[in-house]
Amino acid sequence: MIMSESGLIILSLIVLFLPLLGFTTVVIWGKRFTKLYWFEVGIMVTSLLLSIYMGFVKLGSYVNKDIIANITWIDFGNVTSIGPLSIELGVKLDNLTVIMLFVVTLISALVHIFSLEYMKGDKRFSRYFAYLGIFTFSMLGIVLTDNLLMMYIFWELVGLSSYLLIGFWYEKKSASDAGMKAFLTNRIGDIGMFIGILILFTSYHTFSFDEIFHQISIGNIPFGSNAWLTAAGILIFMGAVGKSAQVPLHVWLPDAMEGPTPVSALIHAATMVAAGVYLVARIFALLTADAMLVIAVVGAVTSFVAATIAFTQNDIKKVLAYSTVSQLGYMIMSLGVGAYAFALFHLVTHAFFKGLLFLGSGSVIQAMHHEQDIQEMGGLRKKMPITYYTFLIATLAISGVPFTSGFLSKDGLLAGTWAFGNLTGHWLIPILAFTVALMTAFYMFRLVILTFHGKPRNQEKYDHAHETPFAMTMPLVILAVLSIFFWYTPNPISPQDGWFYNWIETPATVVPQETRFDFMKTTEAALHSDEVHAKVVHSEMYEEAMHHVHYPAMILSVVLGGLGILFAFLFYQWRKLDPDKLAEKIRPIYNGSLNKWYFDEIYEATFINGLLVVSRIIAWFDNTIVDGIVNHTATVTRIVANISGWFDTYVVDGLVNFTAFINGFLGLSLRKMQTGKVQTYIIYVVFSVIILLIIFKPF
Amino acid sequence: MFEVGLTHYLIVSSFLFAFGIYAIVIRKNAILVLMGVELILNAANINFVAFSRYGNFGLNGQLMALFVIVLAAAEAAIALAIVLNIYKTFGHVNVDEIDKLKE
Amino acid sequence: MSIYDFIFYLFAAITLLSGLMVVSSGNIVRSAFYLLATLFGISGLYVLLGADFVAVTQIMVYIGGILILLLFGVMLTSDITRVEIKKGKTAVLPAIVGVGVLLGSITSILLKTNWQIELSKIPQTTTYDLGKLLITDYVLIFELLGILLLIALIGAASMARRDQE
Repeated sequence: MIMSESGLIILSLIVLFLPLLGFTTVVIWGKRFTKLYWFEVGIMVTSLLLSIYMGFVKLGSYVNKDIIANITWIDFGNVTSIGPLSIELGVKLDNLTVIMLFVVTLISALVHIFSLEYMKGDKRFSRYFAYLGIFTFSMLGIVLTDNLLMMYIFWELVGLSSYLLIGFWYEKKSASDAGMKAFLTNRIGDIGMFIGILILFTSYHTFSFDEIFHQISIGNIPFGSNAWLTAAGILIFMGAVGKSAQVPLHVWLPDAMEGPTPVSALIHAATMVAAGVYLVARIFALLTADAMLVIAVVGAVTSFVAATIAFTQNDIKKVLAYSTVSQLGYMIMSLGVGAYAFALFHLVTHAFFKGLLFLGSGSVIQAMHHEQDIQEMGGLRKKMPITYYTFLIATLAISGVPFTSGFLSKDGLLAGTWAFGNLTGHWLIPILAFTVALMTAFYMFRLVILTFHGKPRNQEKYDHAHETPFAMTMPLVILAVLSIFFWYTPNPISPQDGWFYNWIETPATVVPQETRFDFMKTTEAALHSDEVHAKVVHSEMYEEAMHHVHYPAMILSVVLGGLGILFAFLFYQWRKLDPDKLAEKIRPIYNGSLNKWYFDEIYEATFINGLLVVSRIIAWFDNTIVDGIVNHTATVTRIVANISGWFDTYVVDGLVNFTAFINGFLGLSLRKMQTGKVQTYIIYVVFSVIILLIIFKPF
Repeated sequence: MFEVGLTHYLIVSSFLFAFGIYAIVIRKNAILVLMGVELILNAANINFVAFSRYGNFGLNGQLMALFVIVLAAAEAAIALAIVLNIYKTFGHVNVDEIDKLKE
Repeated sequence: MSIYDFIFYLFAAITLLSGLMVVSSGNIVRSAFYLLATLFGISGLYVLLGADFVAVTQIMVYIGGILILLLFGVMLTSDITRVEIKKGKTAVLPAIVGVGVLLGSITSILLKTNWQIELSKIPQTTTYDLGKLLITDYVLIFELLGILLLIALIGAASMARRDQE
């Protein structure tokens, strides 16, 4: 029995709204029924099962078909000088969507289960699950939407839930500060995204992706200029810069580690930060060559900078945070160079192994009684074998060791950058990318060795450490299994053979010929042919270049990864080389890395202080000039009011009192006539009639 | 002079009217006041019918008289209900002692 | 003096004399019965004016309905054995003078007025034409009166009802 398309749409809406239901239920009744978080957990598992089912149906029966459903939200009717205008809401189900649905609900469900143990005893336990629910809802919204407006709405909702969860322990000043920082930093990117959306909306009067692509493909350019198209692409990408923590807006993500560790796993490693990548993937078709180059460079620089910082960090979560930033940079870069499928492939594999790393670190932190400094750890391998082995698998995956999922995606991604270098001559990007591969392997193994290997450096804490309970190890094991290659491809060295690569089709670029990379241009022959469209040509040339460098890139990445691991062991396990001595030798660089290249300090000195100076000037202007005017106006008003008041008291009131006195006098004399008896009044009537008769003398 | 015409009817009616006014003014008992009101209404009715006879108005005058009778019936019902209420409240129906309105 | 005039004077006398007794009688029940005579006299006058239907209605509604209602009022509000009317302090003489002045002026007005008399043709029986008028020219008023009577009925019933305590 195969489900109909509308059935799939309805199912997707159910998956979308279940977490919202969980959120509202837990928020409203969470205080009264303290066990209600089980409901939220149950809902997430249901969502997961439904999205697995949806995945089977979509990929089984509708694999080549995008299912789109729309409703009109606001109909403005015929607007003057624009024509018919309406805002639509819609759901778009393509292969990417159902895969993302699965990823989001899976990680979310696992994090829910993990949190049952990790957050045990927290005083806002129910509230925590409610927040997880609304986060999942917003994230699923981003995944499902077919237009930019809804994307933006859910984008902000995700930002909000991230804010709530980072600042979950808001009694801690650093946590609430981190929440605020995340929110405000994201806002900078979102402004760009909003302007970009508005550029597109002004030109096309629609938010729908497909409509916009169609308009561009028939040669309808915003304001008739390619520069505007580039600008729109880069501005929307700014949203991704904020949310995916790219340089220069990456500063919030490491601070966001103040939130509970499962939250970091869910939001700041696996899903929300990947939303930026997802956004860029969604608008991929309208990116011009210039925009793509900007995106590639931003991604490459981000991955490099973050990797250098991760070298020296000692907080287990900070290392993972910077490695996340670095990997996100990888994905963004990969999109920029046109390796669309590998970027999203890496997004999926990264979601699993990075989620695993964070949950593993949560397990370690739990075992060490909330100690996060890796210099205080060591030797935990024996105490926590499950955590250790799963963590190790994830580390191997992120380092790109063969037979892991990370190897597959990373290899394809690196080959993509190499092909890009070959085709365009921008060699900086592949060089940075391969360097980062080496660095990643090094700092990740530094983390593993310092945490799990060697002798315990803090004996007391080591003695109290123990393996965490089932609810925490079970998600680790599931994610570890998902980090092995065979889920993705039968051939461990060729991701092209796997289902992922076959299902995720690189969208056809729709921008005008002259704004594309040379290798993306449609050939003359294809232009005049009816059936061939741009995508085929693009894929062929690029595909060929990638195929060409596939094995060299793979070998190079494996060698570099191996080197990184080797150095990590030399430095930290066998102590053949002394990291401290090396640090001494390159003290300035070491300090720079340790202090995160002073990004925060620079922002503090420039933007924040600059803003404060401007604010002070404005405040001074307000205080002296605006308030002065107001105060003087007040003085004048007071004088006028006094005069007016005197006049009121003596002249107006005098008149009023006099009138009242007259009235009172008349009333006193006339009330005697009012006896309240009916007959008296009739007598008055009779006499009045007689008087009238006398006056008018009608006889 | 003795030939009966419009004036005769009008005089009868004006007398009835005067009796009605007198009853309303002088009587203490609310029911008697009501009787005065009925007299006044009847005086008006005689006028209507008389004018209908001695002027060329067709039957309109008689119809008016009928309407007045209907209104009188309604008025009597309501007025008696009021009187009963007054009796319940004050224990008597003497209109000169009912001066709550003054307060 | 024709027979018509004679009958007029007879009924006018009945009407006025009994009307005088209504307002001057010291006994409320007696007043009510004098009112009966007055109304009867008036109905006779209606007959003389050619208004047969009005006359019948007068007897049926006034005597059969309103007067009975008034008698009920008397019995419900007064001790039946003590139907004496309270003698008021209100000066009778000034009232008589005032009413007399009023009556005098009205009478003089109507005597001095130059009435344009035009005897209308009154059909043998007026019922048919009255009924026709009621459902043509006066149909709205007719309906309104019906509603008014209903309202009065409900109002009277609800006002006179004993309080439920």
